Formats: sequence, C-alpha cells, structure tokens
Amino acid sequence: MDHQHSTISPEVTFEHHTSDAEFKKRVKKTTILLSVLTVIELAIGLIIYNMHKGPNPSAGLVLAFKGLVCILTIAKAYYIVSIFMHLGDEIRNMIMTIVVPLLLFVWFIFAFIYEGNSYKNLKNRYDPYFKETTMPAPHHAAEAPAEKTSGKE
Amino acid sequence: MATQATTHQTKWWSGGKSPFNLEYGKLMMWYFLMSDAFTFGAFLISYGSIRFSQNFWPDPNVVFNAFPGAGHANLPLAFVSVMTFILIISSVTMVLAVHAGHKGDKQGVIKWLAWTIVGGLAFLGCQAWEWHHLITGEHAVLVDGQIQMIGQTTSVNPWGQLVHDNTALTAALNSTPHETLVSLVHSHDHTHSLKELAAMPDAQLRTMVDIAEMHVREKGPVAFGGYFYGITGFHGFHVFSGVVINIVMLIMAQKNVFENRGHYLMIEKAGLYWHFVDLVWVFVFLCFYLI
Repeated sequence: MDHQHSTISPEVTFEHHTSDAEFKKRVKKTTILLSVLTVIELAIGLIIYNMHKGPNPSAGLVLAFKGLVCILTIAKAYYIVSIFMHLGDEIRNMIMTIVVPLLLFVWFIFAFIYEGNSYKNLKNRYDPYFKETTMPAPHHAAEAPAEKTSGKE
Repeated sequence: MATQATTHQTKWWSGGKSPFNLEYGKLMMWYFLMSDAFTFGAFLISYGSIRFSQNFWPDPNVVFNAFPGAGHANLPLAFVSVMTFILIISSVTMVLAVHAGHKGDKQGVIKWLAWTIVGGLAFLGCQAWEWHHLITGEHAVLVDGQIQMIGQTTSVNPWGQLVHDNTALTAALNSTPHETLVSLVHSHDHTHSLKELAAMPDAQLRTMVDIAEMHVREKGPVAFGGYFYGITGFHGFHVFSGVVINIVMLIMAQKNVFENRGHYLMIEKAGLYWHFVDLVWVFVFLCFYLI
C-alpha cells in the first residue's frame, strides 16, 4: 500500500487499493446477489398476482409479502450503495453524513402512508357517496370473465 | 484493513486536508445524490399517500402485462424485469469502467463505458415502448352508458373496476358509435382487417362481441397516470442525462483528457450518478409494480 500523497488532489490523503482479482470477485458476488434478490422479488410479485386471481386472498398474507419485498429492496439498495458506489469503503463519519439524514425516510414513509390511509378511512366514514361509488365489490376472483349474474353487488 | 490503521494515525480535523479523505467534487456529488434521493423519495411517498387514500387502485399486474412482440399475451412483470436487469447490468459495467480507471487502463474504461451507454439507451428504448404501449393501448371502458376505447394518459385511466352488470353492458353496446365498435371487435378479432370490420353494419359487429370476455371497466383513478408518467419520466430524464454524461466521459477518455490529468476521478463521479439512477429505478420498480 503506498502512503504518498495521491496525484488526484491535495485534499486526499490516501487512496483505497484493492487487488484486481479480489475486486473482480466482489463485483461478481454482488452482481449475482442483486440478481437473486431481484428474481425473488419477481417471484413474490407473481405469487401476489396469483393470490389475487384466486378465491379469497388473505389480506394479511398479501401485506406480509409486500413487506418482504420492501425489505429485499432495501437490501438491494444497501449492496448497490455500499459496494458499487464504494460508500462502504469510505471513512465512517462520512458514511454517517449520508446515512443519518436518509433515516428521515423511515418517518417520512410511515407518516405519509398512515396519513393517506387515515384520509381514506375518514372519508369512508363521513362521505357515504364516496364509499359507495369507489369501494370495490367483494372479491370476485379478480380477472375472471364477468359473471353471468346481472346487477352489481 | 490498512485504511483503518491509517485512519487512527491521521489527524483528520487538523486542517489542510479533507477530513473525509475525499476529493471535493466527489463529496459534493454524494450530497447532490442525497438531495436527489429526497426529491425522488418525496415523489414516491406522495404516490403512496394518494394510492392508499383510495378505496380502489388498478392492479399493476393487469396494467403492465404487455411484452414487445408478444401481442395480447398476459405477461405481468415480464417486461419490467427485463428493464430492471438491463439497468443492473449497466451498473455492473459502470463499476468495471471505474475500476479500469483506477488502474489507468484507458481501453478498459472506454470499453466498459461504451457498454454502460448501450445499457442506458436500451433501458430508455424499453421505457419508451412501455409509454407508447400504454398511451396508445385501447381498453374498453364504460363511460356514460357507452363503451369507449381508451388508453392510459395523464387525464384518463381505463383501469377502473370491472363492470359485471351485463344488462348495462348490452345497453351500452347498443348505444356505442360505429368506430368504437370496430375498435372493440378488432382488439379481439384477428380474422378480419380493420377495413372489413368498418364496412360491416353495427348489428353484425355487436354479435362479434362476447360481453363475458370483454373485461369492460369503469374509469379508474386519474392520479395513476399522472404519477406513473411523472415519476418514470423524471427517472427517465435522469437516465437520459446519465447517458449524455457517460458519452461525454467516453469522448474525454478517448481524447486522453484523463491520461493527461493522471487520474480518472471524473469517471468515478459519473459512476456515482449512474448507480444512483439504477438505485432509484429499484425503488420505482418496487412502488409501481410490486406493491
């Protein structure tokens, strides 16, 4: 490892060095990992799709699958940022200046989705016209051809 | 790790050097990306807020089930997976380009940057196809007692709730104008040309329509289009600007600008931007197609 000042610019004290072979291995491993995570997410997406085509999709199970997909996506984000963007190799305090403000997203996502959902519930409670005209009919195996009974439920 | 040993020996905040051991431009690129992350995050979260404020929202697996060249085949998630993989692979080629830059390998940089540009252009092409398919698609929608053939735009959404009332549908068919009947039959019938259909009388066209197979819907939430085109468009704009930046980098590398400088740091910064674009897509894909 060389400790001389880098040629890049005076403010940089030293450069990171990884051996070529080790680096290539890391990139290959990460690529495969990202691909696997993506395939799993797609599989879950298709499972959710098939659940909705069936008779009685359990809302809890669908929500659990969606939660799982969100966690897998955050994992993908972690690997892209840490390894592809090399943030994982930077000085710890610098990593914190990026990650800590982004933790605001935890509140951000929760608060606004909770708000949207609350808006829906309040509107359903106080605006019967809205509820009647927009509430989906009880689950009819969603994309099956229209049933022969006449009249909506 | 040698880095950590050096970290403890160096007085980082004593002045005269970057306490984060980063070149100024690179650090600023990180902070720009963080601000852009908040911008995309705000858009996506507002989408979530509106989406969950509605009792009904179109099922993405119904909306996005087309694949180029596959006609009317129902292939949910297929095309968007192709797009996601294209972007991931272009991210990998970008990592390799940056790594070649670290080694001072000019030809390597050029090769991998070229592949990244190809990936970016392929993604843009795919997104353009997706938009075109959605905008020009014709879906049977029950509007004011008539059937209309509507595509997805920012002002109208054809994916409302399925209409099960066959009486209403039959009545609607009877008051549907000729051109619409022709489109309706044509979307399912592959044995007659548009011209042949246009020449048939309405009564005959109506017999060629099977209400049970039609999947006629009501109009859906308009916000769907605004959010979809707005956010994927904003992201596409970032991909486009990323491709332009990469092309400029490619030309600069070819002209030995970085050789003469002695480092390929500019490529690294362009690489950060490109990875960010890929990262945003991962979240856009999550929000619009998976949840």
